[in-house]
Amino acid sequence: MQSFTLTQILMNLLWATRWTVALSAIAFIGGGLVGFLVMLMRISPRKIFRYLSGIYVEFFQGTPLLMQLFLTFFGLSVLLGINLSPWVAAAIALTTYSSAFLAEIWRGSVAAIPQGQWEAANALGFNYVRQLQRIILPQAVKMSVPPTVGFAVQVIKGTSLASVIGFVELARTATSISNVTFQPFLVFSFAALIYFCLCFPLSLLSKRLEQRFALQG
Amino acid sequence: MNYTLQFSVIWNNFGFFIQGVLLTLQLAFVSIAIGLVLGILGALGRTSVHRILNAIAVAYVEFIRNTPFLIQLFFFFFGLPSIGVRLNSWQAAVLALAINFGAYATEIIRAGIEGIRKGQIEAGMALGLNKLQIFRRVVLIPALGNIYPSLVGQTVIAILFTSVVSQISAEELTFVGTYLESRTFRSFEIYLTISLLYLVMIWIVKAIAFLIQKKYFRFMQFIR
Repeated sequence: MQSFTLTQILMNLLWATRWTVALSAIAFIGGGLVGFLVMLMRISPRKIFRYLSGIYVEFFQGTPLLMQLFLTFFGLSVLLGINLSPWVAAAIALTTYSSAFLAEIWRGSVAAIPQGQWEAANALGFNYVRQLQRIILPQAVKMSVPPTVGFAVQVIKGTSLASVIGFVELARTATSISNVTFQPFLVFSFAALIYFCLCFPLSLLSKRLEQRFALQG
Repeated sequence: MNYTLQFSVIWNNFGFFIQGVLLTLQLAFVSIAIGLVLGILGALGRTSVHRILNAIAVAYVEFIRNTPFLIQLFFFFFGLPSIGVRLNSWQAAVLALAINFGAYATEIIRAGIEGIRKGQIEAGMALGLNKLQIFRRVVLIPALGNIYPSLVGQTVIAILFTSVVSQISAEELTFVGTYLESRTFRSFEIYLTISLLYLVMIWIVKAIAFLIQKKYFRFMQFIR
């Protein structure tokens, strides 16, 4: 047993938080890029694209994130014969996970645009890409901001599961410190508090944005 | 690629997988049932005029929704014994899952209660219903119809969350997977099978939920 002062515990946890933030950022940005493509497939006029992207979303939304992490970390390593580091595996798994959810959020926003907008865009002689780019997406983006911010909270919380495959971030560090100090109550309370400080402002922001857009109509 | 997939490990241990599915469903069912009760209590607190009750409910919801489930689970399993509350892994798992579900259910149910128009409650009072009757027949049941889809969605999320409790060695489907993996090293086959089993579980739950909705909440479209 090693004795840590309260400050040391807190400093170690805060220092590890940067990896939680980094992984969240990668997953959110990567998920956004992939998710945008998946969303385009989801709303595509072509059946095959809608079908394939539908399976993609169904798989990542219908299986536990922990299983997705295991499949990437253990499964891909064995299958491809390469040793994925926890970093790479966590980044891949969280990116695909985020992309499925973001695609579905954004698809919902596009679906909420009245059919008349498509028809009007069509009447203007725009082709499909122009219709999306000029008429549909600008309106959909506005609507999708609050749930997208809200989903960032899910991503941050999701990164804690990367600790299970050995990615050292806040949750993993908390477990290690708790193991050497025998003060799980204190350490996990601190860890929870740090996560709360990361997530709560985003939750508040998402709620505020939603209220503001609701007022604007 | 010099790895050949061998799904024989799945057939040879078929019984384990079925057992895992049953344990997961049992765990989810118990936690969601308790979580629903917590959610109703939380929603009562959230909509109450008592400032303190309201503040407690808000703190509960916000704290649970803004911290990872894994940390909550570790807190209950590893943290609570140091203040004298000793839980085995199954109890800690149920407690953590129920408290987590309760926080989300609180918000969903609150939205449902607030969606009930005041005039409806006044109509109930005018009919001479007492407070309990008004709550049950005018507030709760129509609100349930409104919130039903969200609750089903949250139930699906809760079932997926149960996989996390394998981390405190509570026995369920994911735990069965890690156990078999450590014995056979067939990680890809095992985790793929388990993922698909979760997917099937969720389809079945959604299908049942749809049938229930069709049977019991059809009246909702007439009220609105």
